[in-house]
Amino acid sequence: MSRIADCFQRLADNHQKALVVYVVAGDPSPAVTVPLMHDMVASGASIIELGVPFTDPEAEGPVIQLAHERAMRHRVSLRDAIAMVASFREQDTVTPVVLMGYINPIEAMGYEAFAALAASAGVDGTILVNVPPEEGQVLDKALISQDLDPIYLLAPTTPEARARMVFERTRGFTYYVSVKGTTGAGNLDIDEVTRRVAGFKAYATTPIVVGFGIKDGESAAQVARVSDGAVVGTALVSLMAANEQDPVRLRAAVTELVADMRTAMDAVS
Amino acid sequence: MTSTVEDNRQVASEVRAAGINEALTVMPDEKGHFGPYGGQFVSEILMTALAELDQAYRHLKNDKNFLAEFHHDLEHYVGRPSPLYFAERLTKQMGGARIMLKREDLNHTGAHKINNCIGQALLAKYMGKPRVIAETGAGQHGVASATVAARFGLKCRVYMGSDDIARQSPNVYRMKLLGAEVVPVTSGSRTLKDALSEAMRDWVTNVDDTYYIIGTVAGPHPYPMLVRDFQSVIGIEARAQCLKQFGTMPDAVVACVGGGSNAMGIFYPFLEDRDVRLIGVEPAGHGLETGQHAAPLSRGKIGILQGNRTYLMQDSDGQVLDTYSISAGLDYPGVGPEHAWLKDIKRAEYVAVDDKQALHAFRQLNRLEGILPALESAHGLAYAMDLAATMSKDEIIIVNLSGRGDKDIPTMAKLDGISLD
Repeated sequence: MSRIADCFQRLADNHQKALVVYVVAGDPSPAVTVPLMHDMVASGASIIELGVPFTDPEAEGPVIQLAHERAMRHRVSLRDAIAMVASFREQDTVTPVVLMGYINPIEAMGYEAFAALAASAGVDGTILVNVPPEEGQVLDKALISQDLDPIYLLAPTTPEARARMVFERTRGFTYYVSVKGTTGAGNLDIDEVTRRVAGFKAYATTPIVVGFGIKDGESAAQVARVSDGAVVGTALVSLMAANEQDPVRLRAAVTELVADMRTAMDAVS
Repeated sequence: MTSTVEDNRQVASEVRAAGINEALTVMPDEKGHFGPYGGQFVSEILMTALAELDQAYRHLKNDKNFLAEFHHDLEHYVGRPSPLYFAERLTKQMGGARIMLKREDLNHTGAHKINNCIGQALLAKYMGKPRVIAETGAGQHGVASATVAARFGLKCRVYMGSDDIARQSPNVYRMKLLGAEVVPVTSGSRTLKDALSEAMRDWVTNVDDTYYIIGTVAGPHPYPMLVRDFQSVIGIEARAQCLKQFGTMPDAVVACVGGGSNAMGIFYPFLEDRDVRLIGVEPAGHGLETGQHAAPLSRGKIGILQGNRTYLMQDSDGQVLDTYSISAGLDYPGVGPEHAWLKDIKRAEYVAVDDKQALHAFRQLNRLEGILPALESAHGLAYAMDLAATMSKDEIIIVNLSGRGDKDIPTMAKLDGISLD
């Protein structure tokens, strides 16, 4: 069984929901990333989405755009992000790590070379923001041949017929983007999320996690109640910007936010 | 030899009779691919909006009322057809092939950009979207978008890199006069590509009531196709005008390429005329060897940015490189996917011209023909001038003079050390 499937099984056994955390590799500096990954797991994170820095993060709001810029100042590449996962795996062989980002760095490396390198480092899957299933067919073959999960997204604008198609292609889990907008935008409409996720559940082939608009324990708990997990990105990345110069305070702040969310989510599961 | 008002009327009716759908050849495929290029590399939120746009366009391009409105506005609002003008003194100076200028600079708002904006504003209207957004580099597409928004009563917001705002101030003010909101983009390289990313972010947020008018033949499908179709009026006219004036096809058609909309517009109707050389001219900036240029077809590698796979200026890690050209409208690291395909199948040739050569052509056209070209168009002109000198006097080159240079006067005056204040 893959680490992702294992993880959801373990969560189900413990009557817990997945807490998925997003940070950009190398933000605010490369040395901080792997220790932060361990901290987040220790305080209750279930799955780590490691953002791969890109010059043109076109689906991100201002907070995560700046995170990409901070990491780019350290010239953190796709290769570096994969190396961080390998380093993380020296101590943690259980927690799933998926790479999240844009296709061009993978296109530049070559699909098969990427899949081989990522798998050997202990990566579990990819979430590529600008690759809908229609454009991912060739890449998926390379990923699946290395037992990596191509994870696809659903949006408020996705009609049912399309959602069924997405579920035929996605593996590991599926990411429901709960708000029309960029990362960090808008407020969670929990009734709408509840309605859509319940609809998807009728034909879902994987667990569904919900992202966008989750900033604290309360919103994480609301989402956890109606889905298989909550994704927190912008709220975490804001802490990188606020504590850029002080890694000790940064790690404390990240630990606190993740632990708050875990506690709030466990209270409703 | 030069075109007359009478000729222009004749051509206008021929263009109307042909209709834009006549100009379609087989590409792209249903999913928007030109061979390996193009496609829809966008976030899931936009996939449904793009499918709706594709469906609306495929229906409307054969709709009589839509086409009638499009051609009516091209004639009465834009001032089409634009003349195909014999640059006699420039030709004499170069001593070779006849240089014919397709005068897109004479269009309303001063460039070819308005053709596409009329088409897309009509799409917005037919799709019931009250708000339009646009990205702009030199400001020409922003002005054209703000113009059609005023003409059709649509709300308009234009995203523009803060560096471009600084070097194209007349156009910024003009957009504001037209009632558009101009939003400076300070992320990334603060130029056209960042303005495009910011417009995409607006679109994902406001997708229900907003139509995104992309200004070039790039972005996700169906944009490269529909922008090309709306711009192909340039090539349809030029082809008919050349036949009428000379009874023959041109030997070469030359156009500058940034994103590539003016080039695609004039090339497309000539694609099946295999003896006609199609030459796209990229900006070599300070020189291809310096790395400071914006010539992905000449020096880029295949990559994916802003919705499509194409040739891209990028490093070995797949990060997009900063580009440079004196011309803001050509300062873009990607290029329309159909150009990438035409390059690979060798139906079109792509060359590059540096700042110096473009500036020389800019000055020559002023002095010899009394025409002030846009710096963008001066790139195509520069290559055509050199090419003409190597050809015989009975041969014909058509240059797409895609825009006028009024907007570049501050840049030129600064180069000449003249203060305009």
